[in-house]
Order: sequence, then structure tokens, then C-alpha cells
Amino acid sequence: MSLIEHRLPGAKSLERLRSQPLVWHLLLGVLAAAVLYLLTSSVSFYDNTIIAEIAWYAIAIAGLSVLTGGSGQISLGHGAFMAVGAYGAGLMMEHFRLPLVVPILVGIAAAALLGTVVGLPATRLRGPYLAGVTLALALAVQDLPTKFSSLFNGDSGIIVNQATPPGGVNPQRWLAWISLLAAILTMVVLANFMKSRFGRALKAVRDDDIAAQAAGLNPNRMRVLAFAVSAAAAGLAGGLEALWGGIVSPNSFSLFLSIQLLAGMVIGGAGTLIGAWWGALALVYVPQWTNSITSHLSSASTVTANLQNAVFGVLIIVIMMAAPSGIQGWLRAGYRRLRRRPSSLASALSPPLDLSSTSTPPERTSP
Amino acid sequence: MKDSIRSRGRPLAAAAVLSAAALASALLVIPSSGASLRPARTPGVTAHRIVLGTTTPLTGPAAPGYDEIAPAANAVFSYINAHGGVHGRKITYLIKNDQYDPTLTVQYTQQLVENDHIFADVGGLGTPTQTSVQSFLNKHHVPQVFVESGCACWSQPKKFPYTFGWQPNYIVEGKILGAYIKSHFGRKRIGYLYQDDEFGQDGVKGLNREIPHRRVVGEQNYQGTVQGLGAGLGSQVSALQSAGAQVVALYTIPAATALALLAAAQLNYHPIWVVSSVGADPPTLAGLLGAFSKGKAGASLLNGMITNAYLPPETAGTNPWNRLAKAILKRYDKGFHWDGNSEYGFALGVTTVEALEQAGRNLTVKSFLNALETHAKALSNPGLVPLIYSRSDHYGFSGSEVVKITHDGRAISVLTPREITTLRGPITVYRGKPDSIPAQFRK
Repeated sequence: MSLIEHRLPGAKSLERLRSQPLVWHLLLGVLAAAVLYLLTSSVSFYDNTIIAEIAWYAIAIAGLSVLTGGSGQISLGHGAFMAVGAYGAGLMMEHFRLPLVVPILVGIAAAALLGTVVGLPATRLRGPYLAGVTLALALAVQDLPTKFSSLFNGDSGIIVNQATPPGGVNPQRWLAWISLLAAILTMVVLANFMKSRFGRALKAVRDDDIAAQAAGLNPNRMRVLAFAVSAAAAGLAGGLEALWGGIVSPNSFSLFLSIQLLAGMVIGGAGTLIGAWWGALALVYVPQWTNSITSHLSSASTVTANLQNAVFGVLIIVIMMAAPSGIQGWLRAGYRRLRRRPSSLASALSPPLDLSSTSTPPERTSP
Repeated sequence: MKDSIRSRGRPLAAAAVLSAAALASALLVIPSSGASLRPARTPGVTAHRIVLGTTTPLTGPAAPGYDEIAPAANAVFSYINAHGGVHGRKITYLIKNDQYDPTLTVQYTQQLVENDHIFADVGGLGTPTQTSVQSFLNKHHVPQVFVESGCACWSQPKKFPYTFGWQPNYIVEGKILGAYIKSHFGRKRIGYLYQDDEFGQDGVKGLNREIPHRRVVGEQNYQGTVQGLGAGLGSQVSALQSAGAQVVALYTIPAATALALLAAAQLNYHPIWVVSSVGADPPTLAGLLGAFSKGKAGASLLNGMITNAYLPPETAGTNPWNRLAKAILKRYDKGFHWDGNSEYGFALGVTTVEALEQAGRNLTVKSFLNALETHAKALSNPGLVPLIYSRSDHYGFSGSEVVKITHDGRAISVLTPREITTLRGPITVYRGKPDSIPAQFRK
């Protein structure tokens, strides 16, 4: 603490602010909202659609990231939680005229409930075995809409009443605002969760089960809790997707989606919330780029059609080799390296506030 | 201690700034393929160019077979472009791979409309996928034409004036096959096997309108997913066998048709198969039968199968449309397979060119829709029955003929073309002649 003393006066109050996670996170959330509001107002309507999509992908990946980075569990079935959230919210929107927040909350609750149920075997299963269970979940949930087609309208899906935006706001911009607001709130909640008693307990359980038990924690309860929180985030993402697409159909929630979410998390950096945004950007833009290339070619061959998958594969391999902790981990490491070199550009760039921490050992990178 | 204070909240601070920066930079670098095209009075139309777009599965579980359609349609456009275009305008066809996932359909369709400024969305594939963009396209006054699905939902001209179907809808198809079954196998016991979704259910609806209920001894269905088909259709087929069905009507996709035929062959069960055109393309089936049985079975199982057709059978080598299709595809769609899918894409491409031709030199959305609604009969295409667009109906082909597959894989007509001009109307004989090949394809 003594190191803080020789800092600038302004820095001191900033430090004090940071010591209050909730206040600090909310402040940053408001800041992010302001920046993103300006962004959504200055880009085209189509770009607003894309921003909304990035936002709900980021929510789902952040949820997965909390599960994997926080409690060390792997889920290959997060697409299923999204599907439950989407169908929960979608059915409510189809049958009732309620304020938007109600169907979304129903979707979240449904996904969290399923997350709790799936989390129970997680107390006994580890690694690949848990991955197997979640994989089975992804496959099973995908089949339910066609199995109970009177309720879910099978393959054709349910049409969602897209709420009309107030005051003549463009619908695409309106959806972007809703998704971004939800994403910012999710990030604030998850950031607080990870800094809370539960978050610390989760990490303790992840790192050493027995030590955590000795410290009076119940590892099993922690694992189930992580699953529920993570599934709730995925459920929110699903509800937003239903609203965004105007339709909920099983084709949107294939096993491929679950794999994509996992890939997004790995690309962005497991266990970090910013990494979720990098992952979401990759998930949305890689297909865009490959498609804009292939749609101009005169004939679609198997090679051009599969370009997207190839680019994803290469991206994952490159990231795993060059930066095993994802884009975010790589950026953090780079930032740290820059700060350690005193004579370089970095000293000019790095604020005086950070000079004290040059001797800080590197942060623990999440698995 | 110091460390914990420092790291607190950092992720979010950086998240806000970085994500905003990333979004902004990503949006800037995305190449907008329509950037060169100034949105004129009619989007996608300049003096020398018409931009059309579509979404279709080129990869993923729905892709095999369907991935041939859009490239075949594009081959027709390439041919027309090489021969002067339509009223001097060359067609650009932007094909987006939506993998049969509505999430991607929404995204790509908006991109086509708002960034690429397409004139029309032509030949989008699938019921859930195209449903997800039906409101959007209509709200933006972008024609959503020749949707590749037999859903009756494409014909709602009051609610969706910009949407037009293309292939006969599943109910109409079911009625024609049902009427054939009733008149030819009226005394036999009949069984159904159908995909448990809108396609199969609508088909059964059509069958039931013609076939007396007491004749139906068994109804079986399956889930049209990878898992639903993974276990084969042995139990369903065996149930139909024990029910004593002598005629089995299939509303199945090609993979399911092949599985049903193989299961029956194993059970030594040989009913008369009546299969919807959706799942009855002989070259596709022969390939699947060979693959599923590891070469033990093949096209011989298709002998005697009855199906309906609204395009000339692709085995009709002397049909002038087929000859034209093969010549164009050979030149402009490298590595194409001649089967029901490429023929479908070719016919859809021809219909598009004809509609643009009919819309006249001064091409607008209005003139285009007007051409469809009032000049439908003038749209020359390979179809065996006419397209019946009008101000009150946006369905597409009015019916089909019924054919039988011979031992050597040819399709011979067993019932001349029948049509149903309104959804609830009676089945009538179509006496018109097939369209002749229009001038712009005879260059």
C-alpha cells in the first residue's frame, strides 16, 4: 500500500474507486455504454445488426468463459442452453404481449434451471467425461423441437413478435441497443461475480479441490453454481437471438454452435471477459470475410464453400501455437513486456500511475 | 494486496475501450461489395447491371445436393451475360452460404439488402431460413422471389406482396399423388411414412384429401435430423409391413427414401413405393443407396417407384430444355453433376431471366412484380405445368405429372400433367404444351 503514496493525487482517488468493485464496474459499464451508443448511431443499420449479434455472442462466450476459466469445467453443450433460452423467451413472446424484459428473464431462468440439473453430474465428472455429458445434452436438446412439434412447431420454428421500437427508432438500431445493454449488464454482473466470495471460492476449487475443502468450501456446490451462472448467460444470449432473428428454429442451435462458442472462447482467451468480445468478433467476422470472398467467385466448389471452416481451423492452430492463452492473454503479455522495457516507446505511453508496478510478477494466466 | 487492487476491474475497463475500438475497426475494414454501385432510384439496377442475391446451404448437413442449385442458376446468368445480358444489363448473383441456419440467413440477407443493394433475393432455400427474412424483405420492398421450398406460406399476397414461391407446394403435390393412388390402387392397403415437419405433414394433408381414411392401415414418421436418421428407418418400415401396407407413400428427403428402401429390402418387403418429388431424384437415390449399403444395393431398388415431376425427367435426353441445360452447365458451372438439383437450379435461373425480360427495359421493383403477377404465362421455362402467379396467388408451379421409374433408371410418364389452380380447388388435366425455348437462349 505504501507504493500508492508517491502517486499523483488523482490516481489515489482512482485507486479508491477501484477498491469498490461494484461502483467501479458500473462506472466502466456506463462509459462503455456511452462509447457504444455513439458507435451504433454512426454506423449503418446493417452494422447495427452485426453489433447486436456480436453482443449476444459475447454474452454466451463470457458465460462459457466463467465456467471454464473460473471453475475449470469444459462444456461442449452451451448451444443447448442458448436454445433453451431462445425457446423459453420465444414461446413467451409468441403467446403473450409482455414487456420485453419478462420473456428474456423467463429464458434466463429456464436455462439456469437446466444448467443446475446438468451441473449435478458435474460434481462427479471431470474433464473429457463432463465434456461427453454436455455433448449429449447439445445433441438431445436439438431434437426436442421436432419431437414435440405441436409445442415448438418442429423444424419450421416459432415466429417471434419483434417488439416495435418506441419513438420511430430504427428496429435494427433498437435491437443493437437492447443487446448491448444486456451485454454490458452481463459483463458487470460477471465481473462482480468473479471478484466476489463465490468467484474466489470457484478459483480455489479449480486450483485445488482438497485445499478448498480444508478451507471450509463445498466444491460440489461451487461447481453447480458455476454451471447455473454460465447457463443463465447462455440463456440470455439465446433470448436475445430469438428477438434478433424473429424466429426460433432448431437449425440455429446445432452442435456446431456449441463448438463455435468453445472456439470463440479459446480464440479470445478463456477466463477473461474481454476475450469473450474477441471471440465474438471472430465468430461473426470470419464467416463474413470468407463469404464475401466466395460470393464473388463464379462457381462454388467444395474448397470455397469450406473456406470458412478452414480459416477457423487455421486461426485456432495459430493462436494455440503463438498465444495459448488467446488473443487477450497475448495482448496482456505484450502490454506487460512493453512496460518492463524502460527506454522504449512504452515509457512514454505508460501512464505514471503504473510505474510502481514494474516489479509485479506476471498475473496468473487462466487455463 | 497491491496486485489484487490493480487487477480489479481492469478487464472491464479494457473491454469497453477495446471492444468499441475493435468494432469500429472491424466495420471499417469489411469490404462492401456494393460500394462501387451507387444506389440509384431502384436498388441494384444500373444501365449495365442487375445485382441479385441469395442465401443457400453450401456447407453443413443440408448442403449435399442443395449446394448444386445456386451455382446452376448462376450458370444461366453467366450464359446470358456472355450473350448481351437482359435488356443490356449483366446479372451479378451474390451467393451467401447460410448453412440452413436462420441466424445466418438474417445476417446475410440484411447484408445483401443494405450493403450490396440487391434488386431481389432470388431462390433463397428453406422454410425456416426464408421465414426468418420474409418480414424484413417485404418491409424493405425487396422482392423475395422463387423461394426454394414448398411451404404454402409464400403465397400471402396481402401480407407479403413481395414474396413468391416457385415449386408446387407440398399440399398440391400430395393431392396429385393421393389422387393417383386412389384411382390406381384404390383397393390396396396404404401406408404412410413421412418426415415429421411442415414438409411431411403438409404432404400427408394433401394425400388425405384424396385417399379414403379407411384405406390407410399405417402411418409412420421420423425426425428429419442427423440423429433421427442415424438409427435408420427399420422399425418404421417393419411396422408398415406388419400392418400389411401394399402401397407406401413416402414424404421423405432423399436420404430417408434410401434408408426406407434398404430397410424394406432387408425385410424382404416389396410394396409399391409412391415418393414425393422432394425425395425421389433417381441419380441422387442411386448414389445414396450405394453409399449406405456399401455397394451391396443400388439403382435396381428404384425399379417401379412412382413419383411426381414438375420438371422434365433428367433422363429425357432428347428434351430440348435438358439439352440446353447440359450445354450451359457444362460451359459455365465447372464440375456440375446432372441431376434433379442442377436441373432445378437451371430452371430457376431461366425463370429469373424471363421475369427480368418481361419486366421491360425500365426495370423497377414495380415492373418486376407486375411482370410476375400479370405475365406469368409468358415466363418460358422447362416446367411441365405453368407458373400461376396472379394478384391473388403467389404459389408457383400449379401441379405436376406422375412418373414411374423403370429398371434402367428412366422416368416414364404414367399420368399426364395435372394442376390445381387454387389450393382448395379440384385437380384438372393440364392440356397446354411445354414452353419452347425463348430467343435469348437460342443465341
